[in-house]
Order: sequence, then structure tokens, then C-alpha cells
Amino acid sequence: MTGAAPIPHLFPALLQVLPQSSDYIRILPEIVLSLFGILIMLLEPLIDEKKTDEKKNQKVLGVIALVGALAALCATWVMSQSPGLAFWQMVQIDGFSVFFHVLIIAVAAVVILSSYEYLAVQRIRAGEYYALILFGTVGMALMSSAVELVLIFIALEISSISSYVLAGFRRRDAASTESSLKYFLLGSFATAFFLYGVALMFGATGATNIGQISHILQSEPVPLLAYVAVALMFVGLGFKVAAAPFHIWTPDVYEGAPAPIVGLMSTAPKAAAFAVLLRVVFVIDVHALFWIIWVSAALSMTLGNIGALVQSNVKRLLAYSSIAHAGYLLVAFAAAPGLGTSAAMFYAASYAAMNVGAFAVVSHFANAGERYVSLEDYEGLGRSSPLLAATLTIFLLSLIGIPITGGFFAKFYVFSAAIKANLIWLTIIAVLNSGIGAYYYLRIIVVMYMREARKAVPATPAPLSLRLALAACMAVTLYLGLSPNRVLQYSQGSAEQLVQRTGGETQAPALSQR
Amino acid sequence: MFGAYVPLSYYLLLSAILFACGVVGFLIKRNIITIFMSIELMLNGVNLSFVAFAAHWHALAGQVFVFFVMVVAAAETAVGLAIIIAVYRTRETLNVDQVNLLKL
Repeated sequence: MTGAAPIPHLFPALLQVLPQSSDYIRILPEIVLSLFGILIMLLEPLIDEKKTDEKKNQKVLGVIALVGALAALCATWVMSQSPGLAFWQMVQIDGFSVFFHVLIIAVAAVVILSSYEYLAVQRIRAGEYYALILFGTVGMALMSSAVELVLIFIALEISSISSYVLAGFRRRDAASTESSLKYFLLGSFATAFFLYGVALMFGATGATNIGQISHILQSEPVPLLAYVAVALMFVGLGFKVAAAPFHIWTPDVYEGAPAPIVGLMSTAPKAAAFAVLLRVVFVIDVHALFWIIWVSAALSMTLGNIGALVQSNVKRLLAYSSIAHAGYLLVAFAAAPGLGTSAAMFYAASYAAMNVGAFAVVSHFANAGERYVSLEDYEGLGRSSPLLAATLTIFLLSLIGIPITGGFFAKFYVFSAAIKANLIWLTIIAVLNSGIGAYYYLRIIVVMYMREARKAVPATPAPLSLRLALAACMAVTLYLGLSPNRVLQYSQGSAEQLVQRTGGETQAPALSQR
Repeated sequence: MFGAYVPLSYYLLLSAILFACGVVGFLIKRNIITIFMSIELMLNGVNLSFVAFAAHWHALAGQVFVFFVMVVAAAETAVGLAIIIAVYRTRETLNVDQVNLLKL
């Protein structure tokens, strides 16, 4: 390159492309979340200086964080009224991204709500904690609407870096810092693979916009480089969603990280990474990815469920269960683009509701220093705190996939999508695995109700904030189990949009290509 | 011109070698800081292929991407070193084999 050539092309482009107000509306939830995050960071030192009641101050920050998350939900509604592309085709607002925005921000709100008690019990300073949750949510929300690989990468890193810090938030606890370190090292390792995939995709097509890439790949024979690129991107995203064989970090990280954060980490970033994966799946011919997804789905389900069988730590057990659930979600991916997409969206939503709920209960039982997290400590809880035990039971039944809970319809739609896509063997593996899964979830329930307590575990009543959080999770779990039609119809509609857009219609070339 | 002297494949090969060095370093080294440096090596290997492809396609997007990668890597370094300090304070070691409280 001679250097001077591209510059005259840039100037008229720059004048044309000052952001419009509609651009800002399309990232309004992210703006709101960032503002509230900054507000919390600014307020924390000011509030502390007054030396008033420490706990009250922490509550104030928590309430601000919750208001921020709820305001972002309202902003999502505003955003959903103006669908389309924003910021030079970097952000795409459609039914799909609105769905994941609502899911991710709602998870963040519930996690914030269930953290009030946890932070007070563990004596964690609240300021950065809430701010990091909000910033992480910005990244995850952005991942679900980004259609430019640059933005996807940055959003992925915003969410990852926040969660690395959050995993190590009990920083005087060796287990927590260790979990943070493992998450950080393996997460960055995975990011590098994702990035290499992006580089090769850029090399194969000369574009970084997903729409353009799909256009280019459709018009000519797919170069080998593009297949390698997608495989590498799958490695990177597979780490983030804890799909086998990239799942080894999950149990360690989940065991050490603060329990409410595990509730967040095991749902929201996963949903976001699955959203990215769904967008990427449609870019390139599905059959290139098909076998990778098939093998990864089968491995995740099997290794996750078998690993969970022998666990005695509840957090670790739920970590293995989350690997297994990533496997079920990947079954839906293997069935994409038919019914698979909407089944995956529905599954992500119901899994988020039940898993965040389960971890909220676990974080309450864990008590100071997270001492009570082994299966033994759950003995006799059915008698000492019946309401919480009943709540946990419903979440666990939903994780098994018992009817009238969201987990049932989630599994049902995934399996029926898989059968319609002729994935008989994968469906058989999935059903067998659900059977194995029932064993260890039921084990927790049996321990809670049918064993006498051998250890004295202090039973503290659940505060209002935790009850609200649990009620929200419960409402969503039961709603999805009793009348799944509305959510399913919505996800089917937006999945159709997604498939059609990347399938037929071509997008205008981005500015960098002029 | 760029292509007349060094073909694209040379750059890609070098970048793949750098990336592979990073992966191997990540897997066999035992010191946390060295592992961390291996990750940076992987990112820089990727950067090289971005720049090479950008020159190949005459598209600025690849070079802009490199800047973003550098910024993100810097942010990651800040957080990573903080985590390493936290680990050192609780464990008094930087050997990953001794940071094994959570069973694998």
C-alpha cells in the first residue's frame, strides 16, 4: 500500500456517517446500564465518607443498581420500537436481539436482588460489585445485538473481563482468587482462539461484517480458510458456554466464585455467547459446523451428567449440570436453522430462570465464608426452612424437565426440533442423558427431605430481597411451564426473521469496503 | 508494493508459528506470569495475520481491528496482573501446580 490512497476516500465517508439519534436509541439499554454503573462508582466513595450505617449504604448502592437494570429493561422496550441497523451496520436490533436483551438484563436484575443479603453476610464492599455486574451486562447485551466481528469481540471482552473480576471478589479467600485466576487464564486463552478465527474469517472474505461475510460466502465457493475460521471461533465460544471438550474450567471456577455471580455467569454470558453462535451459524453453511456441534453436544451432555453424579459440593454439582445443559442447547443448534433456533432461544430463557433461582437459594444457604455448600449441609433443610427447600425443589425439578415447569417445554422443544431435523441418534443420547441427570437432581431433593440433619447448619430466614428474586424466577419458570405459547411464538417469529435475513436478502456494503 | 517482496503466506506462517508458540507455552509453562505472556504472544500472532490480511485486501478494517485488540489486551493485562497479585497474597506462590485448592 502506498499510504496516501485510502485517505481521500475516508473524508466524504466521515461526513456522511455522523451518528443519528436513531443509532443511539438502538443501543439505549447499554447506555442506561453504563450510566448507572458509572453513577455507582462515583457515589460509592461519597457515600462512605459520611460514616453512616455501613450496611444501609451498601443497600443504597444495590437499589441504584436494581433501578439501573429495570430502567434498562424499559430502555429495551424503547429500543424494540425502532428495529434496524445502527452505527454503520455494527448493531442490529431485531426480535432476536430484543429477546436476548430482555433475558440478559432480567438475569442481571435478579442477581443484583439476590446479592443484597449475600454481600452483607460475606462482608463484600458493594460499589464495584454492582458496577461490574452492570458493565458486564452491557457487554453481554451488546453481544446479542452485534453483527460486526469487531464489536462482537469487544462486547465479549467487556463481559469476560467483568466476570473475571467478579469471580475473584471474595479476594481474601484463596478458593475465590484461584477460581478467578483459572477463569482469567482459560478465558483469555479462549479469546485468543476466537480472535484467530475472526482474523482468518477476515482473511477468507475481506470483511468483518456478518451480513457481508454471508453475502460473500454465498456468492462464491466457500474457501477452506472460512471453515477453519468458524471452527476456531467455535472453540472460543465453546469455552465461554462451557461446552465439552472446552468445559474443564467450569467446575473449578463455579466452586470458587461467589454464589450469586455463579448464577450470573452460568446463564447470562452463556445466553450471549449462544446468541453470537446463532448469528455465526447462519453466516456459513451449517453443514461445515454441523459435525463439530454434534460431537460437542453429545460430549457436553454425557461428560456433564456423568461428572455431576459423583459431586458432593452443590456448586460443583450445578456446574456440571450447567455443562450438560449447554449440551442440550447445542442439540438445538445442531437442529438449526429449522426449529432449532427458536428451541434454543426458549431453552436459554427457561434455563436462565431456573438456574439463577437455584443459585440464589444456594447463595442464601452458603452463609458467611460460603461454608455450607456441600450436600451434607443440605440434610434436613426440608424441615428447618421448608419454603426455601420447596423453592429449590421446584427449580431442580425444572432442571430435570418435569412437566408444568419451564424445563419440560424447553427440553420438549429441543428434542422435537432435533427429531424433525432427523437427528435421531443425538436425540437418543439427549434423552438418555436427561435420565442420568434426574438422578443427581433428585439426590439433592432426597437429601433435603428424607435425611435427618447431622450437622448443625444455621437456618436464617430469607430477607425480602431474596424472596422477591426467587418469586421472579419461580414466576418465569412456572409461566414457561404452564403457557409457553407466547414466548415460543415470539422466539419462532424472530428466529424466522434471522434465518430469512441471512438466507436471502443481501445487505449494503459497509463503509470500510468503499 | 507489499506483495512483490514478501508473499502473504510468509506472514500467515509466521503468525501461525507465533500463535502455536503461545499455545505450547500456555500448556507447558508452570509460572503464572509466563503463562500470561504466552497468551499475549498468541494475541500478537493474531495481530500479525490481521495486518497481513488488511494489506492483502487493501481494507483498513483489519488494521483498525489490531488497535482494538491492543486496547483490549491492555485492559486484560491490568485485570490479569491484579488477579495474579490477589493469588500471590493468598497463596504466596506463582506456580500453577501449587494453586490447586479446587480439585480438577
